[in-house]
Parts: sequence; structure tokens; C-alpha cells
Amino acid sequence: MPRYAMVIDTKRCVGCADCVVACKTENNVPDGYCRDWIVEDVRGAFPNLQMEIRSERCNHCENPPCVRCCPTGASYVDTGGIVLVNHDECTGCKACIASCPYDARFVHPEGYVDKCTFCIHRVKEGLEPACVAVCPTKCMHFGDLEDPDSEVSKLLKVRHSHSLIPEAGTSPKVFYLT
Amino acid sequence: MREVTITSGRDMHLIDPALTIWGWEIPVYLFLGGLVAGILFFSALYYLRGKADEMPTVVRVTPLLAPVLLGLGLFALFLDLEYKLHVFRFYTNIRLESPMSWGSWTLAVIFPLSVVWALIHIEQVFSGWRWPYRWMAQAVEMARQYARPIAWVLIIYAVILGMYTGILLSAFNARPVWNSAILGPLFLVSGLSTGVALNLLISKSEAEKHLLSRIDIMAIAVELFLIIHLFMGFLASTQIHIEAAGLFLGGPYTAGFWIFVVALGLVIPALLEFLELKGRVLATRIPALLVLAGGLILRFIIVDAGQMSHWTF
Repeated sequence: MPRYAMVIDTKRCVGCADCVVACKTENNVPDGYCRDWIVEDVRGAFPNLQMEIRSERCNHCENPPCVRCCPTGASYVDTGGIVLVNHDECTGCKACIASCPYDARFVHPEGYVDKCTFCIHRVKEGLEPACVAVCPTKCMHFGDLEDPDSEVSKLLKVRHSHSLIPEAGTSPKVFYLT
Repeated sequence: MREVTITSGRDMHLIDPALTIWGWEIPVYLFLGGLVAGILFFSALYYLRGKADEMPTVVRVTPLLAPVLLGLGLFALFLDLEYKLHVFRFYTNIRLESPMSWGSWTLAVIFPLSVVWALIHIEQVFSGWRWPYRWMAQAVEMARQYARPIAWVLIIYAVILGMYTGILLSAFNARPVWNSAILGPLFLVSGLSTGVALNLLISKSEAEKHLLSRIDIMAIAVELFLIIHLFMGFLASTQIHIEAAGLFLGGPYTAGFWIFVVALGLVIPALLEFLELKGRVLATRIPALLVLAGGLILRFIIVDAGQMSHWTF
């Protein structure tokens, strides 16, 4: 059973937001909504400033609070550890939105809750997620953590990395190389 | 210094710039749910203790309002759903991990029971009451034979309902203000207190009012104790919980919480009830109204503050 993860190299990311545009196009995300977004994280005091640019999205947590809180079972963990929402079972109660420390979920205008799917429809066909595929600096990588020879496993072995709010106990699966 | 800016692509409805996923509907439901839990708990309790004739308001009159109030609360919940046609989906699953699933199944039990409980008592409240059809009278008569087991089930489910209104929020690890196990007991006791307050508003018997005032003073004392523990827990916890407590200790909710919830909603009504019992001030309906208003404001502030609080990364 694969365990899909995303590894993003913050040393190469320039924050061009191509990933955001690709996602909106690929997944028909309506105007004013998005499944991924760019964050500029600036630390320090002038002139010693450091900036990390991150492309953020659902972390497809291994211990997903959204799935735990869902009263109807619409939010579920699919094969490969990808967290998905079954639109037909969603009531739009928004418990999952409240439960997500990353604020990765939103209410689609059609009434159900929507979020990043790691482009599972593309992954099943052997393609990369849309955001990864279009990245002009090749800073995004997608693959299987269970496979020690996959690109993501190798990168995590040789580079320093961090994930977002691991202290929330969610075991996020989007990693940022530093 | 640290500055995190979302530079591209995030303009999410209900989330940016601040999480506002739950508006007035949820606090109104949490208030009505707690209120109904309080009404049914004391009604069933004093019914089982054989006090129906001594305490007619608590046992028989106020429970007539319970299905109406709970119905209004359920309607508010329904209004909150983004996909209203899928409301039946709550009842195609039992998800033990999800507090909201517990809540929806609890409501599926306690709402019909509250209707049955009201029907059992309606004839004694309105002396001229006549059922339009014979089968209705027969059905109510049959339910009346099971009044004692129904009362036991009501007590248990009233406690679950009252607790659940708090647990619903405390299960969200992502919102530090809500993420305290104290919230369940706090909302339960607050619900019992508002239930007593509604009885105080309706009751015409001095003896009944005396007992209710004494119960209310005790409930308020427990509530104050739980509020102190809520903040002790936050301040002894992690940075994000300390920041969560800061919303009430100098932050935007300070005045609203300490003036309207703690002072006007708990301390002053308890003081007035105490002085009434001692005969120092005239008994009025003011403390009961203050308790009800305080309970509603408590829910609004907690639901709102929870959406203000978040993890920082």
C-alpha cells in the first residue's frame, strides 16, 4: 500500500503561484476559492531577514482530525493515505473546517466541503499532481514514502525538512525542504 | 519578528481573513439545547422523586415548552447546513469518533421523547384539555404507563445533550479556545442553570421558587469554579493555549466575557437570589432573566472566540 507525500524545496521555490493556477484549472476550482496557496514566511530583524516561500495545501495527515470529526463519514482516507471528501455524503456541517489546523478546507458554492485531493485522478493514471507537473523551478516532488527509492524518500533522507504544525498531532504528509 | 503573509491564491469563503464558519445558528442551538437539557433533567428528576404535585412548574408546565425550544434549536442547526437536502445523511451512519454524530443521534432520541413527555403532562396543565380523537387519548394513556422508565431515559439523555453541546466544540484540537475538556461540564452546568432560570420565570409558587433559587446558586457556584479551571488549564498549557486565554484576559473578548457572562450572568444573579432567600430584597424575575441572557452570551462568545484562535506556524 503506497503512502503518498509531497516534498517541496523552499530553496528553489520563487512563489510564482503557477501551482495555484494549475490546480484551479485542473480541478475547476470556482472563482474566489483555492485548494493551494502561497505563503511568505519572513523571520528576523532587518537587515538579518530570512524568507521561506511555501506552496501550502491539505497535508493529507496520517491522523486526520477532519475524518475523525465528520459525522456522516463523507471525509475519509482513501488508498495511498489520501484524505478525500465524498460530495454525496457531505451535509456541509463544517465540522471538518473547524477541525483543520491548516485551514485547508472550504465550502464549495455547490454546498459540499472541498479541498486538495493530491490530484488522485491524475495519480491513478501515473501522472503527477497538476501543481507538481507545472512547477517551473521543479521545486515540488510527489511520491510514495513506503518506497525507499522514490524521489520523495531520497530527498527526505539527504535534506533537512520540516512539516507544518506537527505538534498538533496530525502527522502531516507535505514536507518542506530547508 | 515573524510575519506570515499569504501572497497568492487564498481568498477562501468563510476562512479568510478570519475563520467565520459558524454564525448565530450554532450558539443559538447550543443555548437552546442546554436549556432543554436543563428543563427535562429537573422535570424527570422531580417526577421520579414524586414531587409532581409540589413542583407543578418544574415537572409539568415548563416541559411543555421543551419540544418547541428544541425544535427551534434544531431548525437553527438545519439553517447552518450548507447542503440542506443532505440532512438525512446524519442518520445513515453511526460514527463513534465524531461528537457531531453522537449529537445527531442523541437528538433523534431526546426530541421525540420530549414530545411524549409533554403530551403525558398536557392534560394536568390545561384542565379543559380534550383529545380530538379517542386513539390519541389511548396512545397518551399508554405512554403514561411508561412514564417512569421514560423519565429515567430522559435524565440520561438530558445529561448527554447538555454535555454534548460543549464536547462538540472541545473535540476540535485546531481551535485552542475550544480544546478544553472543561467545556463539556461547563456547558452542562450552564444548561441546567438556564433550565432552572426558565422555571423561575414561569413558576407562581413561592416554595418552588425558593428551591429553584437554591439550586441555581449551587449551579452558578459550580460554573464559576469550572470557568476558573478552564483558564487555569489554558494558562498552564502550551503557548497557543496561553494565547487563547489571552483573548479573554486583555484580548477582544475581555469586556464581553467578564461583564456580561461572569458579572451580569453569574455573580449578580447568584447574589440577588441569595439576598432574596434571606429576605433582604424583593423576589423578582431579574436574576432569572440575567442567567438566561448570560447563558446565551456565553455560547456566542465561546463559539466566536474559538474561531479567532488557531495554531501559529
